[in-house]
Amino acid sequence: MATDDEPHPPWRIGTRAPNIRSFDAVTGRQRYADDLTFPGMLHAKLVRSPHPHARIRSIDTREALALPGVHAVVTGKDMPVKYGIIPWTQDEYPLALDKALFVGDAVACVAAIDEACAARAAAAVHVDWEVLPSVIEPEAALAPDAPRLHEGHKHGNITKSVQLSFGDVEGEFAASAAIVEGDYFFEGTTHGALEPHCAIGIWEPQGVLTVISSTQVAHYLHRELSRVLGVPYDRVRVIQPPIGGAFGGKSEPFDLEFCVAKLAMVTGRPVKLLYTREEVFYAHRGRHPMKMHFRLGATADGRLTACDAKTLIDGGAYASFGLVTAYYSGQLVTAPLRLGAYRLDSTRVYTNKPACGPKRGHGSVQPRFAFEVSLDKLADRLGMDPIELRRKNVLEAGERTVNEFIIKSIGFRECLDRVEQASGWKEKRGKLPFGRGVGVAGSFYISGTNYPIYPNAMPQSAVQLKVDRSGRVTVFCGLSEMGQGADAMLALIVSEELGVDLEAIRVLTGDTDLTPVDLGGYSSRTTMMAGNACLRGARDLGTRIRAVVARKWECPARRVALAGGFATDREDTARRIEIGEAFRLAEAELGALAAVGSYDTPKDVHGDYRGGTIGASPAYSFTAHVAEVSVDLETGVPKVEMIWAAHDAGKPLNPMLVEGQIEGSAYMGYAEAILEEHLVRPDGLHRGPSLLDYRMPTSLDTPHVHSMLVETADPEGPYGAKEAGEGPLHSTIPAIANAIFDAVGVRIDTLPFTAGKLLRAMREQREKGGG
Amino acid sequence: MLPLPAFEWVSPGSLDELVRALGESPGESLLLAGGTDLLPNMKHGLFAPRRVIGLRRVRELRGIAETPAGGLVIGGGAPLDRVATDPRVMARYPALARAAGLVASPQIRRMGTIGGNLCLETRCVYYNQTAFWRGALGGCLKKDGPTCFVVPQGRRCVAAMSADTPAPLIAYGASVELVSVRGTRTLPVAKLFAGDGVKNNVRAADEVLTKVELPPPAERLFSAYEKVRSRAAIDFPLLSIAAAAVLDAGGHVVELTVVVGALGALPRVVRGLEITRAAPLSREAIDLVAEAAHTQCNPLSSLGAEDWRKDIVAPVVRRALAGLAPSRIAG
Repeated sequence: MATDDEPHPPWRIGTRAPNIRSFDAVTGRQRYADDLTFPGMLHAKLVRSPHPHARIRSIDTREALALPGVHAVVTGKDMPVKYGIIPWTQDEYPLALDKALFVGDAVACVAAIDEACAARAAAAVHVDWEVLPSVIEPEAALAPDAPRLHEGHKHGNITKSVQLSFGDVEGEFAASAAIVEGDYFFEGTTHGALEPHCAIGIWEPQGVLTVISSTQVAHYLHRELSRVLGVPYDRVRVIQPPIGGAFGGKSEPFDLEFCVAKLAMVTGRPVKLLYTREEVFYAHRGRHPMKMHFRLGATADGRLTACDAKTLIDGGAYASFGLVTAYYSGQLVTAPLRLGAYRLDSTRVYTNKPACGPKRGHGSVQPRFAFEVSLDKLADRLGMDPIELRRKNVLEAGERTVNEFIIKSIGFRECLDRVEQASGWKEKRGKLPFGRGVGVAGSFYISGTNYPIYPNAMPQSAVQLKVDRSGRVTVFCGLSEMGQGADAMLALIVSEELGVDLEAIRVLTGDTDLTPVDLGGYSSRTTMMAGNACLRGARDLGTRIRAVVARKWECPARRVALAGGFATDREDTARRIEIGEAFRLAEAELGALAAVGSYDTPKDVHGDYRGGTIGASPAYSFTAHVAEVSVDLETGVPKVEMIWAAHDAGKPLNPMLVEGQIEGSAYMGYAEAILEEHLVRPDGLHRGPSLLDYRMPTSLDTPHVHSMLVETADPEGPYGAKEAGEGPLHSTIPAIANAIFDAVGVRIDTLPFTAGKLLRAMREQREKGGG
Repeated sequence: MLPLPAFEWVSPGSLDELVRALGESPGESLLLAGGTDLLPNMKHGLFAPRRVIGLRRVRELRGIAETPAGGLVIGGGAPLDRVATDPRVMARYPALARAAGLVASPQIRRMGTIGGNLCLETRCVYYNQTAFWRGALGGCLKKDGPTCFVVPQGRRCVAAMSADTPAPLIAYGASVELVSVRGTRTLPVAKLFAGDGVKNNVRAADEVLTKVELPPPAERLFSAYEKVRSRAAIDFPLLSIAAAAVLDAGGHVVELTVVVGALGALPRVVRGLEITRAAPLSREAIDLVAEAAHTQCNPLSSLGAEDWRKDIVAPVVRRALAGLAPSRIAG
């Protein structure tokens, strides 16, 4: 029966629609930050350190300033205020003040009439360096006499160290029939977004600072620009134009944004800075290298007893999100399987390398690899099918994880069923010819972090909606569209609630002057948070409009449905008016039509121990993958033949976009499993900061992905929806690792799984007579 | 973006004009055919020529023509995608067609030329970097300093010959023509190369590579090209192997040539393959050739993964040979 809460049966939710923004992207019509130009605009270039660790004795800018065409040079002294995305660990200056901490650390910035002139001027800035001993390996960073990167930091070279324990770990191990213990290494990787970072600063005479930037976090950038540059909070505007990919690589403020702002303030001219590809590798904030020691036990019948995880995290030169990374690396392995007890010990250290940060699946992709491979080894030890072992331990909806996160909906069991069936698991596992095999892995991920990055009691997301007498609805939101379809998600919800066609909806996002605050495009939070905010605002508007139509029709409001471009009487469907007419009736009766909606997270979804809030989320997505891999026995070259991926994203609002996220995640995971290595040499130089040397797969390399949607109705998500953007990546890598074992009987516990490693391992195994 | 250094642009309309322009300022000029190698290198600050001479308008450099004897002459300016898809090249010199078709990507093959590929700058992880990176390193033997980072204490640069087409061209016994104001000379492709990674060919600064001549294929000439790289597109070879065999009517080897690329500055012609003559190209014979190649080829860290590359020389050679004439290989 229709109620006021359920205005009509779904008409838009769950239907397939391409992301309207994608057409511009794939046809080259998209206008990115670098496509924008302003009268009198100057171009900026950064001067970077050639040393991994060096003190700045002095910087001589005279020669640069004397060059014709050069307008200004700024150095660390012009912006001597520390910033950083996490308020408790701010350790970066816009330009290094006393010391450079990695090869590529920015120390000065020049503005000139064009890019070539700026490049000449940058080369004419002379820095007098005192080269200091550097720390490249994370173990070396922990040595008592190690050179210290951040001299004032009270914990030496440790960014953050977390030790937590849940349940009786040793008791559970003692009750185990089998325990597997092993070392795993996840080499760092980077995001590889096609668009390099770009920012434009504009200083208006009335004292308003505008920064246009390819950022995922316009709101946090707004705050930091104001604080670091001393411009009042209410006189800073951040605009995020369409982004050419981000994946976490643009989710905190960067040197270039402060520099274009400062240079605009100094010169009075708009100033643009576009990173070179090399500079994108130095900005990095990619996936942390992690050295992980995992111990995992089970009883003879396959009940998981305890997990003991010890992780050393190589953070690079700055904290970035590192405090969160340290927690995530431990906290996010406790589902979808029930653990009897769990202990984590994660330490993130500083090294003289580009800073690591969040990349799709922040902090948890690495331990997920260690955990799922441990599970595979455990199944092998117990003589149990690895899918069966997982099935025996799946958490139930309503249950708490061992570290006290509440799981409100979980479709993991069905994810396992689907990949088992689709892949032909039972016919393949252990039965394919030598050199070919299948592997399984599962995972979960958050649908947004339960708490904002800076403590505050305000909503995490808000929207404003404006209904126009033309029949158009405009929705304003501070969220970050970066290709994932966040704008399309808002349009879908407005369409669902107000009955308007998608074409009649304008979505305006990513402009801090025009849109209400949303905290940004990170942690897979947008559908959960902006989606819920939008749903509330739109439903509020819909209720008012339906009431007006109901009064005109002299019927109860519940009979009025707004769907399919009409307001329709649900009990006499011949009676209907075009939706624009309904809007005009409402505007005539109620005056200007607008609404707001906001969302904040429930606070009762986690434990109250210290750190219990980090990793907590309103809802969790679940994934299972089966990978089929063949290995060339003569050359060791692995080929991922196929990936079957089943993902529980709750109710998929737009299945086409959810499948796109699953496929994109699987491709990215494949790339990290087989190809990508973000390597810094022992002398502190990046091994090859280019897209030729940092090898991301081409469309000829990526495997076929068969994506499947497992529907659950999450009580917290809008219409029951959960995240899809990051979760599906987690399972890809361990599924491939486990498939390699099934194919050739060797374990490669160090990423990536290169042909060289495989060939060596297969040879060693032959020499041992192991097969 | 990395800025391109300023240069004078010259675009001659004929071979005569080109050769004169080049003769006026040898040493200060560089030739640009497709630009796919030169321009990134200039952006990296590896070259800063006063003058760049474009080859696009020089008609004499284009085209693929038959020789009276039944061979082919390919203009130095013929784009790689033309070479890869020309039916005569595909039918008579399939290893060349395949090698040209495996270069980089469709866009690059459309711009890049066979002459440019033969004269491709050698590559090394310490050299193909930006000026900033090389400055931070301190400069290597090939460009800015006294030190070789690949072979410590090495006196000679070992940057790798990383082009795809030289190996098959050598295997086919092809020759090139070099023209300058001083005259014209022809030399076998194998002799085009010199064992110095700083400059691994003997083309003088005032010479232009005008054509590649392929001799008529022998009866029962079989050939193959294998390329190993990280990805299925874009990448330069980590190892490349061209093989050409002439068999007699009974399937016995008359002549077998195996050429290996992506090692040091030179493409390496595997020695001692006379042992395969007058016998069928049996599995045992193939193993002998593979073993000879394995012994003679030493991949270097200039391109990375050197241990693995050494390990796979033999299997990749076997693969190339197995692809020659499957029906003729006895079990």
